[in-house]
Amino acid sequence: MSDTYDVLIIGAGPGGYVAAIRAAQLGFKTAVVDREHLGGICLNWGCIPTKALLRSAEIYHYMQHAKDYGLTADNVGFDVSAIVKRSRGVSGRLNGGVGMLLKKNKVDVIWGEAAIEAAPKGNEAGRVVVRETKRAEAPKGAKAAGTYQAKHIVVATGARPRAIPGIEPDRRQIWTYYEAMVPDKMPKSLLVMGSGAIGIEFASFYRTMGAEVTVVELLPQILPVEDHEIAAHARKRFEKQGIKILTGAKVTKVTKGDSVTATVETEGGKTQEITAEILISAVGVVGNIENLGLEKLGVTIERGIVATDGLGRTSVPGIYAIGDVAGPPMLAHKAEHEGVICVETIKGLHAHPMDKGKIPGCTYCQPQIASVGLTEAKAREQGFDVRVGRFPFAGNGKAIALGEPDGLVKTIFDRKTGQLLGAHMVGAEVTELIQGYVVAMTLETTEEELMHTVFPHPTLSEMMHESVLDAYGRVIHA
Amino acid sequence: MPINVLMPALSPTMEKGNLAKWLKKEGDTVKSGDVLAEIETDKATMEVEAVDEGVLAKIVVPEGTADVPVNDLIALIAEEGEDPKSVQAGGNGQDKTAKAETPPAGMAEGEKPRAPAGNETPGGGTMSYERVDTAPEGARPAGGTAAGRQEGGRLFASPLARRIAKQEGLDLAAVQGSGPHGRIIERDVRAALEGGAARPAQPAAKEAPAAKPDQPQAPQPPAPKPAAAAAPPSGLTAKQVMGMFEPGSYEEVPLDGMRKTIAKRLVESKQTVPHFYLSLDVELDALLSLREQVNAGATKDKDGKPAFKLSVNDFVIKALALALQRVPAANSVWAEDRILRFRHSDVGVAVAIDGGLFTPVIRKAEQKTLSTISAEMKDLAARARTKKLKPDEYQGGTTAVSNLGMFGIKSFGAVINPPHGTILAVGAGEARVVAKNGAPAVVQAMTVTLSCDHRVVDGALGAELLAAFKGLIESPMGMLV
Repeated sequence: MSDTYDVLIIGAGPGGYVAAIRAAQLGFKTAVVDREHLGGICLNWGCIPTKALLRSAEIYHYMQHAKDYGLTADNVGFDVSAIVKRSRGVSGRLNGGVGMLLKKNKVDVIWGEAAIEAAPKGNEAGRVVVRETKRAEAPKGAKAAGTYQAKHIVVATGARPRAIPGIEPDRRQIWTYYEAMVPDKMPKSLLVMGSGAIGIEFASFYRTMGAEVTVVELLPQILPVEDHEIAAHARKRFEKQGIKILTGAKVTKVTKGDSVTATVETEGGKTQEITAEILISAVGVVGNIENLGLEKLGVTIERGIVATDGLGRTSVPGIYAIGDVAGPPMLAHKAEHEGVICVETIKGLHAHPMDKGKIPGCTYCQPQIASVGLTEAKAREQGFDVRVGRFPFAGNGKAIALGEPDGLVKTIFDRKTGQLLGAHMVGAEVTELIQGYVVAMTLETTEEELMHTVFPHPTLSEMMHESVLDAYGRVIHA
Repeated sequence: MPINVLMPALSPTMEKGNLAKWLKKEGDTVKSGDVLAEIETDKATMEVEAVDEGVLAKIVVPEGTADVPVNDLIALIAEEGEDPKSVQAGGNGQDKTAKAETPPAGMAEGEKPRAPAGNETPGGGTMSYERVDTAPEGARPAGGTAAGRQEGGRLFASPLARRIAKQEGLDLAAVQGSGPHGRIIERDVRAALEGGAARPAQPAAKEAPAAKPDQPQAPQPPAPKPAAAAAPPSGLTAKQVMGMFEPGSYEEVPLDGMRKTIAKRLVESKQTVPHFYLSLDVELDALLSLREQVNAGATKDKDGKPAFKLSVNDFVIKALALALQRVPAANSVWAEDRILRFRHSDVGVAVAIDGGLFTPVIRKAEQKTLSTISAEMKDLAARARTKKLKPDEYQGGTTAVSNLGMFGIKSFGAVINPPHGTILAVGAGEARVVAKNGAPAVVQAMTVTLSCDHRVVDGALGAELLAAFKGLIESPMGMLV
């Protein structure tokens, strides 16, 4: 029997390892268990490596358009394996970084598949059984499989790609993000099922690299969670780039031969067949709630999500859940924040449940999309009398200088109180801009403080100012 | 030169205190010795006296401000001949400063502050006043501070919170902030507006009897937004709570007036009344046999219906009423700065009705016979169920009886129903094995728990009341005479 931990976290993804570090900071004896990689999907198979791929695509795109900037770049080409290698290298480096951070904070890493055998009860610690895993080699210094005791157990096991029956990923012709991230050659044609962040980012990457790309979305709008105006703007840009987009369309059947042929049913019951070399299934993710012993312990699970009270506490005292397993939005930054709130709650610090209405979302396609808060439609639906501000990239000096004159910054205010209800952007670098609005919303600023804020010139951020001014009929450059 | 009034130190170690209340308004003339304001620390409440004459020109720190550092400027007094409207804080406190008469308080816990003005306190200094018997009602500012008084001190509030407060006419100084470092955020303002809309500024009790804050009753018409009433520390907002559940997994039940009143009153009670609980087992054998005899002897009308049928609860009401007469100090309620002690025993009785409860009051229960109490209870309970009680039938009383015995509840602690000083929670009567003269014996017994407002009823006093109650129940003949 090993030592008793104050906090044991299952899963070393962005939620888990951040929670572990925070727990260690608070003086808890902390361990984190993982079966495959420190940093989780985000760092190894998600957010980070895709950003590396997209960066390659972006530079490739610029090189192809070097002439626009007065430059010459002949015979521009690429090496798929080198692009993938760079992407893997980025993940590898950060993965090592997480290991270092955990070590620095004296967090034990335990390697293997964990299951909770007994929940903590009163003064009695809970028990977590960690079985050996063949998935990946343990990092240096990690503790081996065995039974561990902990007073508080945090489930942070993340999520995995959702599979649609009949269209199960096969790693060869039907890919998930795993395979899409490490192609050994550029497919000539690609069908992307699902137009959320993951689907659109791969569509954007592969299109830039020259593939024929078709996106099929079940809902009437691509990027379904985004504001309709932003999504419409993005769609126009994608189509201009040559991406074919079918919305309100459903893949009903897939036949595999030399290539993949998908039967797509569109509105009105019409069907068409689309043939592509590869199909990427990007229809969302589902929480990893299995084989953890949760059901046996009586932890309430609702629609595939571990039910929590907003502070990470589940229905069973001593067992907590954060990140993707604790429900949407399934985003790394939400998981990190929840991890901190959860551990601070365990410590007895005054933590407030996260305001899920103020979690920003970013999609790193070309053009980028970033948003926070309510869309215009949602705001109206909730009964707000809204004021909407818009500012186009075409009115911004820096955007023109960058050669990025396409894009839009949209802001939504409550007419009565001046509360910033939502902000939505599409265009160059908007993912780096959105935090300004997130800070503003978190501090509960009204339009007045935003108007009084001095935005530096010349920057893209000036558009954020102008959009606010526009909502109040005071826009300058449009 | 205006006179600076500084935050006084109530004890040598005091570093900061709360400005509880201004007893003078801006523009009021003050004389030396007038009480300007009340300051409270965790130990005591003291009054700040003026030592100079003049006109209270400006209140710098609004009432309800917590943690005001000692020697901070709290108000300005314009001297004779000065225009109160144009006074400014003079210098850095080096000039004339109204030293509030504030000796070290140093009161030991539990010591009762009963010293009248000017008396020597244990600390050795002169205490100008203490809270019991304070300034006459008329001296109090009506309502409280007006909005916008906070220019003097910095008040941390989000821009959105400020805007909503301004739009709704809410004084932010009275709002408790829940953001980082006590910053007032939207949620706090919304909670204050919601909590405040149903709660008129404090002096309601002095107005019409219909507005008496006591038992759960029909909701009062929304009063003007309270300026002074600090927002009650609220729980999670509806949005926050709903955010924790899957939409569609619950149905929303709108609150009716009774539910709102119950929620408000009982939260208020639990937050402002220092409860403690005393439990006692009471044997019922004598009472049950007496009850049987009495009920059997009831005259019957021509249909064979007995004139009365006493319940155990009727005995409980009567016993509590008589016990209060025997322990008169417990027949009291707390009234802000004084205690009201009653001559008669007015006993409330909690009646559960569909969707809530009422607590009708049996007046002068000590004088009534058991059969009268029984008949009155039947009538009150029946009309409570149809919500036909008149307000004066459920207002007042010094105590109440809450009986969950019929549900088999063994014992419980009830929440005091303001303004009551106590409430008696009655459990189920049941056969129990007890030791009698060293041998086990089976008796009928029940457990009663008295919740006491410690401001009025101390532990020993509560115990005395319960002992008297027990004596009456166990020797019930005493209740018949």
